[in-house]
Amino acid sequence: MAFSEGNLADHLGGLGYSEEQIELMDVATSFCRDKSPIDKVRKLINDEHGYDPGVWQEIVDLGWLGIAVPEAHGGVGLSMAEVAPIAEQMGRRLLATPFATCTIAAQALLAAGDEAQCAEWLPRIVAGEVATLALTEPHGDWNLGHVEASAKAQGEGYVLSGTKQFVVYAQHAALVIASVTVDGALRLALIERSAIPDGALRREIIIDETKRSYELTLDGITIPASALLDAGRSGSALGQIELANALLQAAEMCGGTQSAIDYTIEYLKTRKQFGKLIGEYQALKHPITNAYVAYEKARSHMLSAAHNFGQQGVGEIAVRMAKASADKAYSFAADRAVQFHGGFGFTHDCDAGLYRRSAIWHASQYGDAAWHRSKLADLLF
Amino acid sequence: MSSRPTPAELAEYEAQADAWFRENTPKDPGFMLPLTFMEVSTDQQFEFLCAWQRKVYEAGYLGASWPSEYGGGGLHPDFQRIATKLMKKYDGPIMLNAIGIGWAGPLILDIGSEEEKQKYIKGMLNAEDIWCQGFSEPENGSDLGNAQLKAVRDGEEYVLNGSKIWTSLGDRAKYMILLARTSNEGPNKYAGLSFFLAPMDAPGVETRRIKKLTGEYGFVQCFFTDARIPAECLMGNEGDGWKIAMKTLEYERGAKVNLAGGYFLKELDAMGVVELARESQRGGKPLLDDPVMKDRMVDFMMDIQALNLNNQRRRMGPLVQDRPMGLALMNKLARTEMIRELTEFSLSFQGTRGGYYVDDPCAVDNGYWHRSYLNSFSATIGGGTSEIQRNIVAEHVLGLPKGR
Repeated sequence: MAFSEGNLADHLGGLGYSEEQIELMDVATSFCRDKSPIDKVRKLINDEHGYDPGVWQEIVDLGWLGIAVPEAHGGVGLSMAEVAPIAEQMGRRLLATPFATCTIAAQALLAAGDEAQCAEWLPRIVAGEVATLALTEPHGDWNLGHVEASAKAQGEGYVLSGTKQFVVYAQHAALVIASVTVDGALRLALIERSAIPDGALRREIIIDETKRSYELTLDGITIPASALLDAGRSGSALGQIELANALLQAAEMCGGTQSAIDYTIEYLKTRKQFGKLIGEYQALKHPITNAYVAYEKARSHMLSAAHNFGQQGVGEIAVRMAKASADKAYSFAADRAVQFHGGFGFTHDCDAGLYRRSAIWHASQYGDAAWHRSKLADLLF
Repeated sequence: MSSRPTPAELAEYEAQADAWFRENTPKDPGFMLPLTFMEVSTDQQFEFLCAWQRKVYEAGYLGASWPSEYGGGGLHPDFQRIATKLMKKYDGPIMLNAIGIGWAGPLILDIGSEEEKQKYIKGMLNAEDIWCQGFSEPENGSDLGNAQLKAVRDGEEYVLNGSKIWTSLGDRAKYMILLARTSNEGPNKYAGLSFFLAPMDAPGVETRRIKKLTGEYGFVQCFFTDARIPAECLMGNEGDGWKIAMKTLEYERGAKVNLAGGYFLKELDAMGVVELARESQRGGKPLLDDPVMKDRMVDFMMDIQALNLNNQRRRMGPLVQDRPMGLALMNKLARTEMIRELTEFSLSFQGTRGGYYVDDPCAVDNGYWHRSYLNSFSATIGGGTSEIQRNIVAEHVLGLPKGR
């Protein structure tokens, strides 16, 4: 029996690409491979900073922080579609930097910032100053609208209270964009690093050791009134932030999945047991093939999410499908990567563990597969 | 073949063809029709489908782009594509003579002699001559190159001994495209294979029907016992068999060929499953209110969309740089397994009525979903099982070692 997608395909986005996207993909492929060999990834795990400032500067010099920023603000004037292939290659080589969070912070400014706020911060982000997001809280809810932190008017400005978690790269950020409520209404607030006392940041111990993340205690931090983003657009900006994050995560996760599979295949082609290469055994060969099939599906979804990003209706469906399928593919590939390396797989020295931990991290941030499927159910049925 | 038609010519043709199919596409004949050419079980079904194919051909909507000197319409392929599209649009019955017009016909037009073209093409199109395919053998399913049915030259005849199996329409076909062994010499098992256009009414050819998992018939085992066929049935030369068989399989996979048109398999529409779910109840509420069922349905929608996107992406070079053949080689595996799982899922919508089967008056959609699920195994097994497909992907795409 044959099968047709029928009119399902009409409801969902298709696939396409831009020349710029492919050029960036090619450059990013060799850049990330060259700048982030696995021994360097492991060395940076033990480095307080967590990333190489020299490589960061090269990324800045390549113009990658400004890809989705309009030319008027010092950017390149392309879109998130062109950012995704870079994130993919970064995920593939476990090249951890504030690249994703800076890109999304810029999108938050574009979504809810006024002209003055954009004019002040976007050129600085494009030039490599780190901006990050403080959106999640100790309640652990993936719903970004669930905000308990608040800003209360005091004199000319506002005083903040509450706690934010998983504020990545906050220690080295010049700008933190936090979600708070003002008189019960959601609002995004710009907090300059200089306003954050050192004691307010606690480095979190997170599952993905290649990344850096901090808890931020807002209590007592004050900001000027001009640091609040637009009241009317802050809520919808949160929605866009969630989708932009999901897109870049899906891209990173696809890259990670590819590496987890490649790494395992290499082992299956060299390790011998009972006189045979273990890759000859179908008990190993077939599951890794299933992982590969899942990876290709996830990558198609991710490329579709990049292509349709920002499109009314189909964009959100494509992005949520991308994150959900990337989570499924990455989790399975990395899980099997650990298992198929046998005793070595159980050691901290085996790279399979890096991928497994990375997949758990990504699932934990901005929603796992089941979360995005539940959102899709509302969109589709 | 004629030159490329203008949009106006195509539009005019489409309007005519649309009117014809709207007028002539048969409604429910009052008995169950097969979903594919592989499940023709009864004389009633067979005669009905022969008549339909002949009617479509005589109206000019089958073989429209095949050469007119052999019975085709001599038109540009774009015309036939329109006719086929409309055939699907009006959900017409399938074209019965799939092996003939889908595989043997293109093969003969491609590499056959003038005599072969004159003799065979028209009868394929008007369903006078039904064709079947004799490749698989009882002992050689996945290992086609090891075919053992013997063909020994004896004067102006070949003498055939052996057996073929899973032969769709084998009990009703007039001709078979046959892969047989003319020699055990040669550098490898492939070198001794030859290809025949064999008449099925030759003395010594017997068929036995095989009942399928679904309860339907449609394929047979063929026994050749000192069966004699004319030597001129040999296509090409002795030893060309493997090459010609591979070419035939390319047509089967829909590669670069001027197809006669029509379609041989009813397609399951993804949205049909969603519709069934929408119409179904669970605990007094719509089935899709159940979060578990809803979640599984979303998962299937993602899977269907992924395969749809894969099909677009495999033609986009820059998006398949790392493993260019990956998407193409995994397609059969991913698609057939998805259909199996999706049709299985659809059974669970039906509550107690999931216990009914085809022809019970209370069966949902006359058992269509059950039949579709059981039939889905024909695709996960036929044409190389899913397990063989995983080996192919593992070895040819991922570079894993062959098992010994």
